[in-house]
Amino acid sequence: MELPPRWAFLLFLLLSSTKASGSAVDKEEFQEELLLKPLPDRKVLAHFHFETRAPPCNSNGRRHHHLFPKAISQMVEKFRVKEMELSFTQGRWNYERWGGFDTMSSNNAKPPGVELWAVFDVPKEQVDASWKNLTHTLSGLFCASINFLESSTMYSAPEWSFRQASGSLRYGMLPREAVCTENLTPWLKLLPCRDNAGLSALMDRPSIYTSFYHSQRLHLTSNASDLEGLNPGIVLEQTLTVVLHPSSQRTSLTHISESYLQPSWSLSSIFGRKVNGRCALAKSSKVYLQLERGLVSELKKNIGSEGYDVEANFELSFNPDRVLTEENSRHGIGSSLLYEFSVDKYSNSKPFDLGLTWKFPVIWSCQQAPLHATRFLMGSGNERGAIAILLKSTDLNDSSPVADSASDGCELHVNIFQIVPWYIRVYYHSLQLFVDDQLKAVGAFVEKIHVMPSKDKISPGMMEMVLKLPCGVKSAALTLDFDKGFLHIDEYPPDANQGFDIPSAAIIFPNFHASMHFPSNDSERKSPMLSKFQESSPVLSYTEVLLVPLTTPDFSMPYNVITITCTVFALYFGSLLNVLRQRVGEKERLLKSKAAAVKTGRPSELLSRLSTKLRGRSQEPSQSPSESSPLINSKLVLKVLLMAALAVAWQYYFG
Amino acid sequence: MEKKKKRGFWRWLIASVMLRLILIYLPKTFNLASRPEVSTPLVSLRRLAEGYWLKQSSISPYAGSMYHGSPLLLSLLGPLTVKRIEGQPNHLLCSLVFVIADIISALLIRATGHTLQMAYRQSLNSLDIVDILKSSDLLSSGDIAALVYLWNPFTIAACVGLSTSPVENLVVILALHGACKGLVPLAAFGWVMATHLSLYPAILIIPVILLLGYGPDTPPRKLFLQKGYGKNGDSHSSDNCGQQETNQSKAEVTFSSRPVIHFLFWSSLWSTYVLVLCSISVKPHGSLWEMFQRTYGFILTMEDMSPNIGVLWYFFAEVFDFFRSFFMIVFHLNILFMILPLAIRLKHRPCFLAFIYIAISSMLKSYPSVGDSALYLGLLGLFLDELADMKFSFFLLCGYIGVSLLSPVMHNLWIWRGTGNANFYYATGMAYACLQIILVVESVSAVLNHDRKLRKISVTKPRDGNS
Repeated sequence: MELPPRWAFLLFLLLSSTKASGSAVDKEEFQEELLLKPLPDRKVLAHFHFETRAPPCNSNGRRHHHLFPKAISQMVEKFRVKEMELSFTQGRWNYERWGGFDTMSSNNAKPPGVELWAVFDVPKEQVDASWKNLTHTLSGLFCASINFLESSTMYSAPEWSFRQASGSLRYGMLPREAVCTENLTPWLKLLPCRDNAGLSALMDRPSIYTSFYHSQRLHLTSNASDLEGLNPGIVLEQTLTVVLHPSSQRTSLTHISESYLQPSWSLSSIFGRKVNGRCALAKSSKVYLQLERGLVSELKKNIGSEGYDVEANFELSFNPDRVLTEENSRHGIGSSLLYEFSVDKYSNSKPFDLGLTWKFPVIWSCQQAPLHATRFLMGSGNERGAIAILLKSTDLNDSSPVADSASDGCELHVNIFQIVPWYIRVYYHSLQLFVDDQLKAVGAFVEKIHVMPSKDKISPGMMEMVLKLPCGVKSAALTLDFDKGFLHIDEYPPDANQGFDIPSAAIIFPNFHASMHFPSNDSERKSPMLSKFQESSPVLSYTEVLLVPLTTPDFSMPYNVITITCTVFALYFGSLLNVLRQRVGEKERLLKSKAAAVKTGRPSELLSRLSTKLRGRSQEPSQSPSESSPLINSKLVLKVLLMAALAVAWQYYFG
Repeated sequence: MEKKKKRGFWRWLIASVMLRLILIYLPKTFNLASRPEVSTPLVSLRRLAEGYWLKQSSISPYAGSMYHGSPLLLSLLGPLTVKRIEGQPNHLLCSLVFVIADIISALLIRATGHTLQMAYRQSLNSLDIVDILKSSDLLSSGDIAALVYLWNPFTIAACVGLSTSPVENLVVILALHGACKGLVPLAAFGWVMATHLSLYPAILIIPVILLLGYGPDTPPRKLFLQKGYGKNGDSHSSDNCGQQETNQSKAEVTFSSRPVIHFLFWSSLWSTYVLVLCSISVKPHGSLWEMFQRTYGFILTMEDMSPNIGVLWYFFAEVFDFFRSFFMIVFHLNILFMILPLAIRLKHRPCFLAFIYIAISSMLKSYPSVGDSALYLGLLGLFLDELADMKFSFFLLCGYIGVSLLSPVMHNLWIWRGTGNANFYYATGMAYACLQIILVVESVSAVLNHDRKLRKISVTKPRDGNS
């Protein structure tokens, strides 16, 4: 009390500063969530979402991390990564059955193998170097052959089709990377609780790797400069999306309708494990069960006449803490439901094992992207072929997703982004476009096209294209001819006859945005997964990976080829030189000596040969004009002089 | 008689044009355009179309590894690849250009043949041994060469198969024709363009200079000397006539450097002109350096290892990487090694020398096609008299037919059916190379023997006259 006001002020300052710094450290936070969603084809989607946030760097640049993985933050600092996404995927997302028009499919459906893209915050000429270093770092971090993306033949720099990034974006894919538990373990290591506690404890390796589709993703956003203030620091978002087939608990078909009944499942039946409480370090730990729009409206229809609630169709083993209904102003087909379960209250003694038991059969379908994209190869043989991308209209009448920008005269914009390795030599001038099975002029429908033709052994070919199709289009197909290249014997992989992969093409619908809005509780911060759902992102789908067989040389032949070719060259050189150096008189002399040999006996033949040899051509000129003898003499003199000069030179230089 | 001959020639020429047009109108023409024997990465019209498309979409035509030809060809033929006439085949206009190029080449070969024959007859006349020329009963060697060029299946395949080699052949023939006729600017233009289009004709500068310096092919110069001496020795009763003749024959032997200097001047003029044109046409997207890298660099480094009828593709697909540059140098030097010996031995026959050079380079070049073979096989007809007693000619004919039948079969087995492997196709390439070697070696030896024969005759003849 006796403190002078000045001291009090100082003390206040001190206190407030410590408080501020303390809060800055505390901002490092971790949240874990799991979304479960029944899929129309009797499968269950499990989507784990872990988010770790770190506050922006202090001025001195050093930071002590409580939760945030140090390796990642060092990597971000070193290579100045602005945004990065790495995904390991096995299996192919079934866009027709599992949905193609929601945030789940456009964010978490990834092409098979490894996909990596990164945006760097460095000058343009350093981007490639940063990319190369980043690939090596990630390769070491995740025990994968991401370092193959270092070679300039494997990555490219899309300019506008994939996402807007003014030249600092690099994109690469490894379609053949085998994804396995050795990639998952380092990924789990980045979580504060690893897989010892919390939701990640559910990740039973056998059940994940026997799933139909699993995609493990790591998304990184960093805002080094805290200008926006909204999303400061590094946000590390790790997701694992698994599509599992629940083994039906009631296999015996007691009732005919049961064959149509969706399989009932619980966490323990699909993962073989239960949740024993949350990860102690997590700020929040929640499990959601999502019933999508189609399902909800179907359920309502099912029961609507009887006046029950949607919940009457199934039974949940735990009571949800909250039920969220999607706010949709536009779609009006019904809105999806989200049941929220907080894992906080469960523990070892009382594990959380969410189960869903269906009471009535229900059949529904997912919402589809406006066009369903497939890609295939045409042609046979190992010399040439064609890539065809077929866009087929999904049934629009059923669940019509109306274009967000309905004002632009009903046009369907489709971005196509495709990378083709250099040994597939695409003839871009052979681009043909078929709209509703009729060949159309390319200029009429292609609004914008950007092509980076491939350079042999240097860079892959890249095509970015905006198609502008009329809304009522039934199908659109585009074909591109290509020649298959021939590689050097060392460039073939060990299993050369398996063929080579063309990475997936990305089909983006820029004016369709998939987002789900759930009413937010203002009291607490929104869960990161739900806010992710809320972000409007264009609908994106990936096409199939194409397998192109290439001809192989005979791998056992190098020595034979070298020797045979060199023999032919020697044959050419030797025989031509031989013809050229034959002298006029030589053959005649040979003939004459032969004739002489025939005339005289054996011993005399030898003698005559010897004598001709000894006398050389002195015998010859007897018939030739006498003028030639001085010529020969001068030649002889010349030769002698030449030899002498050579000898002198030899002496001079080496003697 | 003479008229009849001429009419016969024109009839055959028109018939060959008709055949080409029919083949152009046939749908797909046996997929000739995509056969590796016909269209190599350098001459394929499809790649030219791709280059033109890239240029139209304001990317450098050399941006990818598709196009490796000249920018001039791109601006000449490019627009024709896009232009379509309703109801006509897609590449009709380009094909017509190639047909016209073939006809012009044939006519030039014919004219060259006539010049050569006249000159040869004259020089033999001066040696008094003109009667060894079997006065060809049906057609002159020029006509035969032209018809051989036109009717050669290789030429027809190259013309109909949408490769630019007819144009390349045309400029080579233009150079030879100009040099034979003594038209220095034309010869320089042909040589510069041929070098610009396909690099290898650069070695033709030696025969062209010899042609301009010494005039067309003659028997060896020694013969004239001997003849002159003989005349001198013989006619010591000495009238002016003999003296004059000696002077004349001596004048023929001397190397006249004036046209050569003119040629060098003109070729430097043309090459600057060509370079300026090229730089104008590549300016918006790249530089001349890029053009050289993409054309000459591509030829010399043998980047593309797609199969062709040459010997190098499989070699470089299989050879160990650390030997690659060594063999690259060796193989390219192999062409150069032979230039000097051949030039020394055949300097009195520059046209034949040019033929041998063309044959050698089309055998050893990195991306040979049948169009190159068509050129030297057409020129072969010019030397019918000299090569009359060539050995193995029937064997060579059979070999050529056999290889050209087997090569598509092997390619099909390897690429399309997958029952054969690369060695099959490589073997036909090897056989083809051997055939060409035999052709080159035998024709050189036949010409040398012919010279020997001439010498013998000219040596013995005066004696006969004396005695």
